[in-house]
Amino acid sequence: MELFLPESGLMIWMLIGFLIVLFILAKVGWPMIMGAVTKRNQHISDSLVAAQEANNALAGIEAAKEKAIAESQAEQLRIIKESQELKSQLVEEAKAAAHAEAEKIVAEARMRIQKEQQEAMDQIRAEVITLSVDIAEKLLQRELSDKQSQSAYIEELLNNNEKRIEA
Amino acid sequence: MKSGFRHSILLILLMLVGLPALRAEEGSSLDVKSFIFGHTSDAYCFHITEIKGKPVCVWLPVIVHSKTTGWHCFSSKHVCELPEGETYQGFYVAPMTDPKYPGKLVEVTASGEVKRPFDLSFTKNAFGIFLVCGFMLAFFLPAARKYKKNPEGTPTKYQGLVEWLTYMVLDGIISPSIPKSKVPKFAPYLLTVFFFIFFCNLFGLIPFFPFGANVTGNLSITLVLALCTYVAVNIFGNRHYWKDILWPDVPLFLKFPIPLMPVIELVSTLTKPFALMIRLFANILAGHIIIMVLMALIFIIGGMYGAGMGGATSVISIFMMVFMTALECLVAYIQAYVFTMLSSIFIGMAQEEGEPEKHLNEKPIKK
Repeated sequence: MELFLPESGLMIWMLIGFLIVLFILAKVGWPMIMGAVTKRNQHISDSLVAAQEANNALAGIEAAKEKAIAESQAEQLRIIKESQELKSQLVEEAKAAAHAEAEKIVAEARMRIQKEQQEAMDQIRAEVITLSVDIAEKLLQRELSDKQSQSAYIEELLNNNEKRIEA
Repeated sequence: MKSGFRHSILLILLMLVGLPALRAEEGSSLDVKSFIFGHTSDAYCFHITEIKGKPVCVWLPVIVHSKTTGWHCFSSKHVCELPEGETYQGFYVAPMTDPKYPGKLVEVTASGEVKRPFDLSFTKNAFGIFLVCGFMLAFFLPAARKYKKNPEGTPTKYQGLVEWLTYMVLDGIISPSIPKSKVPKFAPYLLTVFFFIFFCNLFGLIPFFPFGANVTGNLSITLVLALCTYVAVNIFGNRHYWKDILWPDVPLFLKFPIPLMPVIELVSTLTKPFALMIRLFANILAGHIIIMVLMALIFIIGGMYGAGMGGATSVISIFMMVFMTALECLVAYIQAYVFTMLSSIFIGMAQEEGEPEKHLNEKPIKK
């Protein structure tokens, strides 16, 4: 039966011991542990949110990058196309210019040839006139006795003159 | 599994340490009652073992106040080894067979009357209490200091253990029962109660010095614990709680002119901690008694049918004792859990605001 009777002395010791532990742990034990864990929980959840935000930001950057690449590729294509067009245009222009120049040169050459021909013709004409005068002079100087020798002589003169012109 | 087996072997060996004490008593027929209650109840000295018939004890101080002779303080060595019929400074320890004060220090007054003085002795259980107190401080304070020093740092394994234990109680028991805003106010008390009971229970199972004091299986201790819960519930109870007790929502004739319901409610505030007190005490004491009975069984059978039968019984008995000790480890946790759980529910109910039906619906359900 003594088991069921509380002992006042033991109760006092129990109260002292328990209250000391309760007081110390309530002051410097549990609040530190709970505070630190709560703080860490907060820190972890904050970090998770921050990481999520960073991820989102990164996704935005990624999209911007993709867009920039696509744009620059389009730009590149456009530039290449433009330059090709420009090139062909330049070639065409150059060709046309060269063609015109060539035409001009040819025309000039033709004109010069014509002119020279003209000059040559004039020269020949002058020469022929001179020759004719020479021949006539020579014919006149020589007595034309017979008809046959006269013809041969004219023939020879003409031949000589032809040779001269050819030369 | 293997380590569990190793631990069981260790446990058996540790139990055998207590056996020489019993062998000494074997000669005379074993007084089972005084054997069991001698080991489960409080004592003035911490009995370790017996060598060659001489007890090896840790002598604890006896502090008593007699109405006639005043304060006395002496080592329990003087009274525990006292021959029958003699007294030391007028005191002696009554034998376990004493009908009135079994195993307690009594005073013989000048008139020859046997009286119980006011006894503030630092007994085996007081030693057990302070051992647990010291252990708790040594276990939790370094962690708290580490947290204070470096609150942002990565916790060490030891801090992880402390955290796990703390949050097991905090998230599993306290938070579901108490309104969130009140948790920081009551959590220190409930955490301290949980770990105090839990460590007392576990230390009580370890059968050698300095452990083995049957602290939580003693009514004085559970009474103080229940008293603390009573104070926490009723002193810190809010207006709504007191209104529910003194002027509950019942038909008028139940509370006026005879305050029937208020009286019932007031009694119920007492029965709740009373149930806490008895539950913890009875569970732990029963466990200890069963283990002691199983141990005594060896010597009872041995005494009745000879040493051979006693030896055969010991195999079964020790096996059963190992099983019981394992069960008691479970009970150690469960009882600490139940005490804390009910304490926090009572405190939580005294903190609820609003309609009286509300806390019935909001009663925390633990899976």
